[in-house]
Amino acid sequence: MSNLVTTAGHAHGTDHGHDDHHHDSGEMTVFGFWLYLMTDCILFASIFAAYAVLVNNVAGGPSGHDIFELPYVLGETALLLFSSITYGFAMLAFFRGNKKQVLGWLALTFLFGAGFIGMEINEFHMLISEGYGPNRSGFLSGFFTLVGTHGLHVTSGLIWMAIMMYQVQKNGLTATNKTRLSCLSLFWHFLDVVWICVFTVVYLMGTM
Amino acid sequence: MANAHSHDDAGHGSVKSYVIGFVLSVILTLIPFGLVMYPSLPKSLTLWIVLAFAVIQVLVHLVYFLHLDRSAAQRNNVIAFVFAAIVIVLLVGLSLWIMFSIHTNMMAK
Repeated sequence: MSNLVTTAGHAHGTDHGHDDHHHDSGEMTVFGFWLYLMTDCILFASIFAAYAVLVNNVAGGPSGHDIFELPYVLGETALLLFSSITYGFAMLAFFRGNKKQVLGWLALTFLFGAGFIGMEINEFHMLISEGYGPNRSGFLSGFFTLVGTHGLHVTSGLIWMAIMMYQVQKNGLTATNKTRLSCLSLFWHFLDVVWICVFTVVYLMGTM
Repeated sequence: MANAHSHDDAGHGSVKSYVIGFVLSVILTLIPFGLVMYPSLPKSLTLWIVLAFAVIQVLVHLVYFLHLDRSAAQRNNVIAFVFAAIVIVLLVGLSLWIMFSIHTNMMAK
């Protein structure tokens, strides 16, 4: 099996047939991952529905208007959007066969993603320390569940990204790494799409 | 290899497509944030604009970042996405309809 794993930098001539073969099974894997993401969409849709049902049940506590700070959320949004484009550049570097650039762009993406998670943890910490934790009201339960589930996804993406940086560093730009990075690419961009829905439904509509 | 490369291009975009997607996303993010942070329009109009911009931005991400298009290679992905979108609309729409109907009817009595 190991002789099928060729780096993008060499062996285009002899191993190209093998590469094509890998390409096909890799595309099936990526399609399967896309199907998983569609089911993940439905998970998020359920949580969005629960949030929308609970949003007015503030139980005498704060409403979104009282606790959301839009400039802060705009900062989080910017970090996630930057991380999306830098991940795109990492994939483009992969297809150009430039390992160093792949690792550089992935590291930058990781930093943006970690910045986003840091800001989110800080926001949660502030809310909880002011007594506005998830147990305060139905609205806050829905808020923490929805935003927290997205945050957990981003955290998983960051762990996955760190592992991929190690694998690219160790094994190079192999067909296996291409498949895995393509799946992570879908995952990462998908999380940005979910975030668009979060900042619109939760923060913008909540502040309005 | 030239053939394989041009085939790949369809699937993973280019610097240009990522930059277009990024610039569109920035515009589609700043306008709704601006409208909510500095209210200048009637509330219901603001709400519809914010929702419309979110839908457009999701589509921009799907096309420029997730590379969904009408090519044969993407057909199954698009079908799966459309199916998921239908499920999501039914799930969210019907949940809200049911729960708010219950709310209204129970409160009225």
